[in-house]
Amino acid sequence: MLYREALNRAIDEAMEKDESVVILGEDVGRYGGSYRVSEGLISKYGEKRVIDTPIAELSIVGNAIGMAIGGLRPIAEIMTENFSLLAFDQIINHASKLRYMSGGKITLPLTIRMAGGVSRQLAAQHSENYETMLSSVPGLYVLCASNATYAYHALKWAIFSNDPVIFLEHELLYPVDMEFREVKDFNPFKAEIVKEGKDLTIVTYFKMRYDVIEAEKELAKAGIDAEIIDLNSLRPIDIETIAKSIKKTKKCVIVEEDHKTGGMGAEIAAQIMENCFYDLDAPILRIAGEDVPIPYNRKLELASIPTPDKIVTKILKWKAENGI
Amino acid sequence: MKASEVKTFYYLMKLGRRFEEAAKEEYMKGNIAGFLHLDIGQEAVSVGTMQAFDKGDVFTHYREHVLAIARGMDPKVIMAELFGKKTGISKGKGGSMHLFEPNLSFYGGDAIVGGQFPMAVGCAYARKLEGENAGVFAIGGDGATNGGAFFESINLAAAWKLPIIFFIENNYYAIGTRIGWVSPFEELYNKAKNYMPSVRINGMDVFEVYNEVMKAKEYIENGLGPYFIEAETYRFEGHSMSDNGKYRSEEEMEIFKRRDPIENLKNKALKLGIVEKEFFDETDKKIEKEIAEAVEFAANSPEPEIEELHTDVYCKECENVVS
Repeated sequence: MLYREALNRAIDEAMEKDESVVILGEDVGRYGGSYRVSEGLISKYGEKRVIDTPIAELSIVGNAIGMAIGGLRPIAEIMTENFSLLAFDQIINHASKLRYMSGGKITLPLTIRMAGGVSRQLAAQHSENYETMLSSVPGLYVLCASNATYAYHALKWAIFSNDPVIFLEHELLYPVDMEFREVKDFNPFKAEIVKEGKDLTIVTYFKMRYDVIEAEKELAKAGIDAEIIDLNSLRPIDIETIAKSIKKTKKCVIVEEDHKTGGMGAEIAAQIMENCFYDLDAPILRIAGEDVPIPYNRKLELASIPTPDKIVTKILKWKAENGI
Repeated sequence: MKASEVKTFYYLMKLGRRFEEAAKEEYMKGNIAGFLHLDIGQEAVSVGTMQAFDKGDVFTHYREHVLAIARGMDPKVIMAELFGKKTGISKGKGGSMHLFEPNLSFYGGDAIVGGQFPMAVGCAYARKLEGENAGVFAIGGDGATNGGAFFESINLAAAWKLPIIFFIENNYYAIGTRIGWVSPFEELYNKAKNYMPSVRINGMDVFEVYNEVMKAKEYIENGLGPYFIEAETYRFEGHSMSDNGKYRSEEEMEIFKRRDPIENLKNKALKLGIVEKEFFDETDKKIEKEIAEAVEFAANSPEPEIEELHTDVYCKECENVVS
């Protein structure tokens, strides 16, 4: 199943099941969604529930909050994560805080979907990863879909959750055909052990999952048996699964597409320090995006983010330097 | 001008004013902290709007104590909120700027200038979809009409013909910046007139406010789309307790104080012989007692338990899902 089809199926089933579910955003209706995620929904549910909005992100999210107050379960789509910055006031000052500020009186069953990540030569204003900023906000859940199975189950969970959920989708994954399976007792916050291993733990998420899987094949050839963990949820982080793995492997590498400074890896590393410092045999290695805006040129673009080759090289160098 | 209306309006406006005077006093004593934005002088707007718009959903700005009172919120729980007490309307977690009561359809107290408008539009959308015609009332100050959220909201409300009243209380000053210094005109109804019926009214006259909102309410209830009202008003106090108001001239203050909505209503009613003097005297006495009780209730209420720090961040069923 294509990643975008998994997302479409989750929305479709949710809309079928519950009349209060609506989707809104620029081009979600007649156009079928910029990434075809909402394709076909308008003909099935009508333009009152599949709502084309102006390209005005502050309003898209603000309207969605009002709809949630008014008794609906809105799914707001932000076409590109960069544009979510225009909606940050509504996301951070309103969506995340209304429940607390009202002493628990206001409930916001709200999902905000965003397309993000470094895609292909979209340049600096269409290539961002803002999961760290969003994950630092209490009152929000931040989920990060790297595969069809998780995308389907997590989005459905998000739509029926009574709290605001930020749901991140990677632009490069939309057209990818993936394995899909039904999961019973799904927990959106549980990290996935993508591959078991005994020599080192690689913690990753989002599109980097696939670069790590590629890199792991090379590492195996070098005699390294790596365990790969895909976080899935960034707020909260499933530190228990990470800690359990580190207890076994004694070593940890974090791979993220986001900029290194203040990126998600910094938070993950800090949580590891707090929870399982004495289980580590070596300093944590962070492999992350460079601290630069994402360049347009393909060669420079690839140089700005981790790739399978770079992941392998950096891990081998780190091993050698630390004598492990 | 019916006697019953005069009585209700007078009672609520005076209750609001005395509430705020008491809040100011308690602030000076240190019992209330943070930001405290008083509505003194603007009661005709707060009371006239809420009395007329009695059914639908209300989204307000942060100068909302009197709006909340006029909506039916107990002054005791508002005062307790100002004191940061457990018995406050938001359990002491919201404070002066964040009073919410879904049972009164009151989602007020937004402290981000203009931030309430997009939410009000979304709620109006939801109501229309549900087939409700009561609609939404969104109130903000003059300063909010210069922000993007305002323009995005009137645009969409008009495009979708949503049942919503945009109400701007133009007291001429965004904190200390006169509206005309940063906007091409001071008559703000001009900003919406290409989008929807847009009027400017005297916000110092509670009957004018009431009647105009009644008219707007009928308009939106008939599915004709949004309606815009600008009410000219004035705050007799500073923007907040930390503002000494030096940017305004004594003469200007005097002109508006002569238009005091409470005194004028009382004098007019007495002059016309609609309401007896005894009513006002008795009402004043009753209000004194109510306000004293509100302060006492707030002062004697317990602080929230420390465990409350971590509650209400997420819904119960979603907390600690990771096992």
